[in-house]
Amino acid sequence: MNTNQHLENLSEIRNIMERSTKFISLSGLSGVSAGLIALIGSYIAYLKINRDKSGDEVILNITESTSKELFVLGIAILVLALIFGSLFTLIKAKKRADLTWNSTSKKLFINISIPLIAGGIFCLALMKYGMFGFIAPATLIFYGLGCINASHHTLSDIRYLGLFNLCLGLINLFFIGYGLLFWAFGFGVLHIVYGTIMYIKYDMKNV
Amino acid sequence: MIKDLNKHFESRVRLGVMSILMVNDSVDFSTLKETLELTDGNLASHIAALEKNGYILVYKQFVGKKPKTTYEATKVGRDSFLAHLNALEFLLNMKK
Repeated sequence: MNTNQHLENLSEIRNIMERSTKFISLSGLSGVSAGLIALIGSYIAYLKINRDKSGDEVILNITESTSKELFVLGIAILVLALIFGSLFTLIKAKKRADLTWNSTSKKLFINISIPLIAGGIFCLALMKYGMFGFIAPATLIFYGLGCINASHHTLSDIRYLGLFNLCLGLINLFFIGYGLLFWAFGFGVLHIVYGTIMYIKYDMKNV
Repeated sequence: MIKDLNKHFESRVRLGVMSILMVNDSVDFSTLKETLELTDGNLASHIAALEKNGYILVYKQFVGKKPKTTYEATKVGRDSFLAHLNALEFLLNMKK
């Protein structure tokens, strides 16, 4: 064996080690689309909440029908973000001739789901007791933890998205009433920034 | 150092199998096959050789009625593979 073969072997080993532990077909456009949907959703929520507002009060005091509407809106945002997110990732995986449902994407899915499901149940309890102000920070915190947990199984940059969302959620805990603003920034702006960076850093090179 | 280059790892398939098992606790046959893009027969013969040398452990279980085989690297396998990698790196550095 000559030097070139050794070099080739070593780089192939590195490549295989990464491919077998990380799902690297996650598309930057998935992040951008999720961010856009979150921003549109936040704006609709803002309109709905404002409808209930009387005077200059900061603390949310929303009616029961509005809270139900917001709940449906939240679910709709989640579903739409998931659909578009999966779509762009499927397209990227297809281009790379990568299998989308393999052991690495399963690990990614399971590891991001654990904190998210826990967070979802936590938020349902908050709603039950009418503590709506805590829902936005709770979703940011649990989503942040989900991203951090998933970062071992995909491109590790998602760790920073998770850390930023986690911090944002924790800060929000001390500014209850501004939840929508924090939420729009965390799920909207941060996703768009993250998605754009990922797209430039990885996707443009591979296509 | 050159003596550490392990002949058992000279095939690309075996290098691939060991690479995967170094970074994953336990991997099944179809995952190995998909990641390395190999045919059943080709992969099976290399796995048998690695097992014979004591580099990997083979576990056969049944999930329902389907047999499922998973593989793990042994301590010997890990050490030998690392020694092989170090030898490769050493050779490359020497020739620079």
